[in-house]
Amino acid sequence: MMRLLRQQGWVVGLLALLVVLLIVAKLIQPSYGAGDFGSLVRAVLPYAFAVAAQTVVVIAGGIDLSVAAMMALTSVTAAALMAGASEEFALLVVPFVLLMGFALGALNGILIVVSRVPDIVVTLATLFMLQGAALLVLNAPGGGSAEWLRNLIVGTVPIPVLPDTIAAFFPKALLLLVVLLCVVWIPLKRSRLGLSIYAIGSNQLAAFRSGVPVARTKILAYAFGGLFGAMGGLSLTMSTGIGAPIPGPYLMASVAAVVLGGVVLGGGKGGLLGPIIAVFVLRLARTILTLLAIDPNVTAIVEGTILVAVVMFGAFIAMRSRSR
Amino acid sequence: MSISTALPEQAPLGRRIKRFMSDYPLVPLLILLILLVLVLQMLSPGIVNQRWIANTVKFAIPLALLAGCQTMTMLTGGIDLSVGTAATMAAFIVATQAVDNPAPVAMMIALIPAMIIGFANGIGVGVFRVHPLIMTLGTSLIGVGCLQVYQRTVIASGAKVPDFLIWLGTGVTGGFPNALLLFIPIAALLIFIQKRTGFGRLLYAIGDNERATRLAGVKYWQVILALYMFSSILAGIMGLLYMGLIRAPSLSLAEPLVLPSVAAAVIGGTSIFGGRGSYTGTIVGALILTVLTTLLTILQMPEGARRILFGAIILLVTAAYLRIIEDR
Repeated sequence: MMRLLRQQGWVVGLLALLVVLLIVAKLIQPSYGAGDFGSLVRAVLPYAFAVAAQTVVVIAGGIDLSVAAMMALTSVTAAALMAGASEEFALLVVPFVLLMGFALGALNGILIVVSRVPDIVVTLATLFMLQGAALLVLNAPGGGSAEWLRNLIVGTVPIPVLPDTIAAFFPKALLLLVVLLCVVWIPLKRSRLGLSIYAIGSNQLAAFRSGVPVARTKILAYAFGGLFGAMGGLSLTMSTGIGAPIPGPYLMASVAAVVLGGVVLGGGKGGLLGPIIAVFVLRLARTILTLLAIDPNVTAIVEGTILVAVVMFGAFIAMRSRSR
Repeated sequence: MSISTALPEQAPLGRRIKRFMSDYPLVPLLILLILLVLVLQMLSPGIVNQRWIANTVKFAIPLALLAGCQTMTMLTGGIDLSVGTAATMAAFIVATQAVDNPAPVAMMIALIPAMIIGFANGIGVGVFRVHPLIMTLGTSLIGVGCLQVYQRTVIASGAKVPDFLIWLGTGVTGGFPNALLLFIPIAALLIFIQKRTGFGRLLYAIGDNERATRLAGVKYWQVILALYMFSSILAGIMGLLYMGLIRAPSLSLAEPLVLPSVAAAVIGGTSIFGGRGSYTGTIVGALILTVLTTLLTILQMPEGARRILFGAIILLVTAAYLRIIEDR
């Protein structure tokens, strides 16, 4: 009970931080409004999916270094398939790419289970493999994207009952993010599989002895990680209209947001909401620094310092409560 | 599955071979290294000569130095991802400071950021008990940012790599790369620390059972602080050497070596969970990775296929090796 409270306390604290940052942004730039919020959400989209992918895997007690490469591969595959193809064809491409992400994620899990090599090394190896595969699919940034897919994240959700000024704060990208995450995560967490994922992350041996199918659970956890990775890849193609075979900075960002979001490295604790809010906090902090007209290079220093400070603070709190 | 059946383990003779290999874990690694060199010789006859060996060793040394940082930190169950940044900062700063300062002063200045990074890592991991992966990732982000800001202040003054570093990094004397003059003492020191000193034993002890070690009265944070500072300074020295080898300052000089350095340590038999491993294995691991890169370059495959093979081989070697040294 106490632990649950502390867990939720962390998420609430993050949410408060996000609100404070939004107010700060508004204070610095009085014209900061719906349009800017919309572009923030669009920028967050690929990061959010990368974080979701990392979260599932970390909760299961693993870590996925290949998440950025997975996004690159799925993004170029989607872009290469959709280049010059009809709008209807893209309807087939999307499920195909999602399935591919799921399968490749499962492959990560299978390799870990079969080879008995630590997760971090296996996903390091698959990072190279997925990167290579992305280069084989598209040698240079290129490809295309269906128009309807790109429109999915442009503009706002029309809500008839609300006045336009308020409705403007519900960008389509946010709706897409929330719907996709909920559709996958909520049933997963409620299911037996979700419980097993938390169980193997918390104590693999104990889970095994209580009859949890450890190998199968681990493979499925990585598969769902791959599925989220594929969503991230698709969102990259959506927002840029092309696919780039070079992985973006999503690996570091995903690990940072997962830890900031209260998911313990080592597994078994935390949820998806915390990391998603954390990724918004990190992106918004970057926007604010840009608004303050701070040298973008200093931004990197500030981001790193925030990460280190918050993590130290979290560790300090955990230490205090342990010794009490 | 297929990996274990591929190994020679039928009949009592197979078991004897396996027992021998698990007693001397270096032997299978050396066999693999020799096999790779043989394959290379078959693919392009005559390539393996004294010059090639000197060249391979020259490029394996920076990787082996970085992998040394990983080996040391992995012994305690940690990892140091900030080594790439520490090395790059040292390299970039030495090249820009050498314009105005004599070489030894520039080198001293260049090692300061590495020490600061190591100190921050040590405090974070040792005192605040942050996960090493996160802590070193964070400090490396900060380091990259600082380096970018620094770059803008020196952009006008240009860069100059000290002659001594070029001699050390690229020079070859009597068929032996000069870098060995730096590497052999460092390697000897690392092995000595691991095998013969109390500090080395503490590293293994912490990796084996941290709780028990602390209950036994070990000042955990002091050991960790010393370890991460040592690792960062080693990375800084590697950066100086690498600068002499590459001779072109850049803001991401050593970053591409970070993940391979983890791979080299793991291939060399160091457990990422701590408590097991040695630097001799890591050196062979670094050599294997370097030869492998040459091999894949010679095959003239597309870049993508090369990366796929590289990843697959890392995985295969690690899996096979773990089976050899673990299944008794």
